[in-house]
Amino acid sequence: MSRTVKFFATLFVGIIVVAALLPSLLAPGDPLAVDPSEAFQAPSLQYPFGTDESGRDVYTRVIHGTADSLTIGLAATALGMGIAILLGVITAFGPRWIDSTILRLLEVLYAIPALLMALLIIAFTGPGTTPAIIAVGLSTAPGYSRLIRTHLRTLVNSEMFDAATVLGHSRWHKVRNHLIPNTLSTLLALITLGIGQAVIWASALSFLGLGTPPPAPEWGAMLANGRTYLHFAWWLTVFPGAAIVTIAAGATLLGRTATRSRI
Amino acid sequence: MNTAAVEIQNLSVTFTGPNKMRVEAVKDISLTLTRGKALGIVGESGSGKSVTARSLLGLTGGQVTADTLKILGTDATGLTEKQWRAIRGTKVAMILQDALNSLDPLRPIHREIADALPGSRKQRKRAAINALHAVAMPEPALRANQSSPQLSGGMRQRALIAQAMINNPAVVIADEATTALDTRLTRMVLDQLAELKDRDIALAMISHDLAQIAQVADDIIVMRRGEIVESGPTKQLLSDPQHDYTKQLLAAIPRGVARYAPLSQVTTPEDTTASFENFTTPPDRQNSSNTSAIEVHGLSKTFGDHTAVSDVSFSVPQGSTLGLVGESGSGKTTTARMILGLERPDTGSVRLFGQHFAPAKESDRRDLRDRLGAIYQDPLASFDPRYTTSQILTNALSQGTTSRARQYHKPALELLDLVELDSSLLSRSPRELSGGQRQRLAIARALAPKPDILVLDEPVSALDVSVQATVLDLLDRLQLETGTSYLFITHDLAVVEHMSDQIAVMTQGELVETGTAQQIIHEPSHPYTQQLIAAVPDWNIRP
Repeated sequence: MSRTVKFFATLFVGIIVVAALLPSLLAPGDPLAVDPSEAFQAPSLQYPFGTDESGRDVYTRVIHGTADSLTIGLAATALGMGIAILLGVITAFGPRWIDSTILRLLEVLYAIPALLMALLIIAFTGPGTTPAIIAVGLSTAPGYSRLIRTHLRTLVNSEMFDAATVLGHSRWHKVRNHLIPNTLSTLLALITLGIGQAVIWASALSFLGLGTPPPAPEWGAMLANGRTYLHFAWWLTVFPGAAIVTIAAGATLLGRTATRSRI
Repeated sequence: MNTAAVEIQNLSVTFTGPNKMRVEAVKDISLTLTRGKALGIVGESGSGKSVTARSLLGLTGGQVTADTLKILGTDATGLTEKQWRAIRGTKVAMILQDALNSLDPLRPIHREIADALPGSRKQRKRAAINALHAVAMPEPALRANQSSPQLSGGMRQRALIAQAMINNPAVVIADEATTALDTRLTRMVLDQLAELKDRDIALAMISHDLAQIAQVADDIIVMRRGEIVESGPTKQLLSDPQHDYTKQLLAAIPRGVARYAPLSQVTTPEDTTASFENFTTPPDRQNSSNTSAIEVHGLSKTFGDHTAVSDVSFSVPQGSTLGLVGESGSGKTTTARMILGLERPDTGSVRLFGQHFAPAKESDRRDLRDRLGAIYQDPLASFDPRYTTSQILTNALSQGTTSRARQYHKPALELLDLVELDSSLLSRSPRELSGGQRQRLAIARALAPKPDILVLDEPVSALDVSVQATVLDLLDRLQLETGTSYLFITHDLAVVEHMSDQIAVMTQGELVETGTAQQIIHEPSHPYTQQLIAAVPDWNIRP
């Protein structure tokens, strides 16, 4: 990885972390403060991203929305990964009939578009932040499961593992020395890639009104809200949209560099 | 008519690496290729021999300078990419190395061979069939319609040669065209190459194996570090080598060299003769006890419908080496995996030093594990990619309990010393080591539990002949010093003859013949063994 890429990656992660943990540091205002007299102000020095129909500062809302969007992304990925690791380990090491049963099941789930499945899950749970996390997490799990299963299988059948067997190393030592560390680095890359994806899906759900409810400053919900005024107040959609794109692209870029440095 | 097809004067090729570092891969090389003659270029990997050959195709990827670079009388210095394209394939062709990966598995081979030709599809197909006919492909019209997975290894190799020949090139380059091929395939390719000379083609044959080059080439140039160290007619170069490096390459050929005689040159010549005499009469290696180190009885293994190994029995006496020879797919690796307890045999059993080893539960045989070690063809794949040399050895020494404890530092250094590796390599990753160093490290790791048996599966097949010589010498030395028993698996008859007390020959999952090395090499009795031995190029290329 070149030095410049490393620098920008670190800077990017730094800004995101600060925005998520201490949003007031970057945007001291109140994201929910309404001021009808300042409604629909175009971007200016005072309001860098303009204001919305209730006069709320879009910049403040975008910054304060980071935590929400990121939490959904992280939690959904964690949930999906957790399920996937469980299924991956069972299918990779379990008896063959369990392997093929779970695999067939995963293939059926795989055939349903993930977002459609998320909608299906929300149809049962009703809209909200937690349902959005569960929906996105569950719908990403099948894909991860298969990747993890293949990865574990490859490792267990590798010459590296054979060599450890011939040297008389116990099963536990092989798992601790070779399996877990070599899987973790791959997982890390998968997780970073997954977070970007999850943020987009969570926003999509909120856009449809199925995620975090207004007036919370969630990016997807802000997009949906701004759509109504798109013909004269473009900043209401462009800035939250740009935030989603930035975080998703950033996470994907980080994930890909992580994958590449593995090789 | 002997006209120069290619004339090169003072060719240099420079690469600019990262950090603007300039590497001169080839320095001031001069050579001539003549129609109807073959020039052999020999050298180890990194010697610049491939770069030299690729400069005839404009494919070096580096900066090429030359006083003269004439291809068929035309000046080829400073040609554009478009002009090179007119030369490639039509005037200068290259026989590709890897038959398995070089042919598209989804297209019939007649298209792979003749797609670049002008004319209608029918004409092109006829040309392809003719080309296949010329390389003695059996049933060319039938084979032309098949794709590479339907062909045997030999047929694929023939198809590749036909592909190179389709445009009647005047110059053909064979870059390591026989490397890593089975004995009989190597023979076939060498014969085909020799035949090209009769077709008035100028052939450049590149290999690290002087023995194979000597079968075809009229003249040989020896390259090292981008320079020509010696050149001359084949006979003269072999019988009266001038440069030390040429002598070293010649000595590295294991063919017909007595058991335990060193192949690599030791630092002082006196040392060599002294050890040679010591080694030809090996010290008391036959252990008084008459239980075998390995005893294999009736091993069989099937995968689905495919019988990989069928009723194989043999034994390896203590302190000696059994060479297991066979072509790829003969079942020798599956046999090794069953002996190592990595694959459960369908029937049969493996005993080590009289004790039952396989099939058994892993926990029941853990004590015997320490007495058994293994070396693989690709050492890198057998190391954890995250580990440094030190971690690999520590991990092996500690039975997998740790990879960084200080207490194993000294034993790790001793292991490195045993395999003649420098202690400075401890902090390096195996990826930074050369092929020979990696294999030494693999040997060091296998020796960590002080095993009495080593199972070596193609341990030197991926190495240059000169590096192979040093690794084989190391294995000889270890056996003499420690009395370790070897099961040496390889497809290379020259190596197996030099390394084995006894040889077992496998084909299609069955053991067809077992005997002393002398018997198998000089009086083979089974027809398959006879075929194998007959395919080995000339046993005595040495004066």
